[in-house]
Amino acid sequence: MYKKGLVLRFPAEVVDQPIVWRLVKDFDLSFNILKATILPGKEGIMVMELSGHPKKVSQGLEYLRNLGVEVKSIGQEIYRKEEVCIHCGSCTAVCPTGALAVSRPSMEVVFEPERCSACGLCVTACVVRAMEVHLEREAL
Amino acid sequence: MGEFKVQKSIEEINERIRRGEAVVVTAEEMVRIVKEVGPVEAAREVDVVTTGTFSPMCSSGAFINFGHPVPTIKAYRVWLNGVPAYAGLAAVDIYIGATEPVEDDPLNKVFPGEFRYGGGHVIHDLVAGKKVHLRAIAYGTHCYPRKEYETEITLKDLPYAVLCNPRNAYQNYNCAINLSERTLYTYMGILRPHAGNANYATAGQLSPLLKDPYLKTIGIGTRIFLGGAKGYVIYAGTQHNMNVKRTDKGVPFTPAATLMVLGNLKEMDPRWIVGTSHLGYGCSMAVGLGIPIPILNEEVARYAGLSDEEIFTQIVDYAYDYPNGIKRNYGVVSYAELKSGKIKVLDKEVPTVPLSSYVRAREIAEILKGWIKRGEMLLTEPVAPIPGAELFPFRPRKQ
Ligand code: SF4
Ligand code: SF4
Repeated sequence: MYKKGLVLRFPAEVVDQPIVWRLVKDFDLSFNILKATILPGKEGIMVMELSGHPKKVSQGLEYLRNLGVEVKSIGQEIYRKEEVCIHCGSCTAVCPTGALAVSRPSMEVVFEPERCSACGLCVTACVVRAMEVHLEREAL
Repeated sequence: MGEFKVQKSIEEINERIRRGEAVVVTAEEMVRIVKEVGPVEAAREVDVVTTGTFSPMCSSGAFINFGHPVPTIKAYRVWLNGVPAYAGLAAVDIYIGATEPVEDDPLNKVFPGEFRYGGGHVIHDLVAGKKVHLRAIAYGTHCYPRKEYETEITLKDLPYAVLCNPRNAYQNYNCAINLSERTLYTYMGILRPHAGNANYATAGQLSPLLKDPYLKTIGIGTRIFLGGAKGYVIYAGTQHNMNVKRTDKGVPFTPAATLMVLGNLKEMDPRWIVGTSHLGYGCSMAVGLGIPIPILNEEVARYAGLSDEEIFTQIVDYAYDYPNGIKRNYGVVSYAELKSGKIKVLDKEVPTVPLSSYVRAREIAEILKGWIKRGEMLLTEPVAPIPGAELFPFRPRKQ
């Protein structure tokens, strides 16, 4: 599933509004809060993972920005579950960097994380959902 | 008939398998052998050629009898992990189809839909030994009074579960491109605009029906590899068509023959029955299927030895032509060209994308080869040909 790691900074005026709940209800997103604090100036900071349909995720982020919430993404890395990948090749239709590519003549599909830009296109293009988004640990 | 230099019968080949003397090779190996020694010598040396394919195959599903609870029920609607199964068969008989999405799936409402879970995933979960939630509702009758039933089922406890796929093993398939301005999400994968990529879906020289293009050895009753177990060809598949344009070597240029296949789900392996999700299109199931070809004579050997250079498909536009039923193509390419990674379409170099796992197809051909070599599987003489096909005689004619 498409997932994005975010650091949200809420201005004091909106800290008490049910913003996250609106993300769930109006944009059909699910979330996982990794850290949340209210700073002395009454500003809120929240580190969360937001997941859902890519289009809805960007609409949700738009909604946050309109409320004056500062949105920053956390670095993410893409990971392949080797035991799940069936080496079909479907993902190579969308991978823009060639990180996922067919190796010839074996026809194995190789994944080279060094070439991956973490664009996330393969996550929903993979027919067996072998590609996953992981948040970079140091960002947390 | 009778004009062959080499003539073997299935019985002779089986006798050699039983004695552990049969020469069994994969379709890839057969390509090399026929190139090196020619079809006659190859037919003398080789007894069986094994093929394989592992690819999403729509028109797949399973018949399940889930057994009667007490009091009994005549199920009217049934869901497995929320995926509707067809219950209009008998009191507790259902059919779960691979492409049925989970009931509350948002489908393509927000485009492109993800189709995360469906019938193919349910079948995979069952084969993987997982518990599956079954819910049934009924209107109640004198003999079957119960109106609702919920339980957890596992494959091992089900009284009966059989994989029965109405259309598998498509003999050849189109190479898809998109000549429009926008990205397309199709059953042929994601197609970028302006022919940004060309997708193809068969294993070429390893693919079962491409190695016996006239179905002269594969017929009703042929024992095969299906989902990791032994299964059977039971009839022609839906959309089966033998009446197609062929190369001078006899291989169809277009989608042609198909098979209906069946096997005991309880013996299958989750590695070879995998639920799939196709962005913007729907869900399906990847099925592992392999067919052994008995090398009865040099003609069978020649077909089984056909290489990627000798097998062709046509390039079809999925933006306008395919949805509008327009029979037009943008050229013909060989599987060797497709596998090279690039083809020429409308004077432009286009990267190719496979959708069928060649790596896993090869693995199936190897497994099947092992079964036959070790005598764990004998070949079968079909009871009848697939409609439109004519079988080779399985016994040599006595002069
Ligand atoms: S995240 Fe993007 S760049 Fe990385 S492998 Fe997937 S498609 Fe390729
Ligand atoms: S689409 Fe998924 S299963 Fe297929 S090769 Fe790519 S990562 Fe592997």
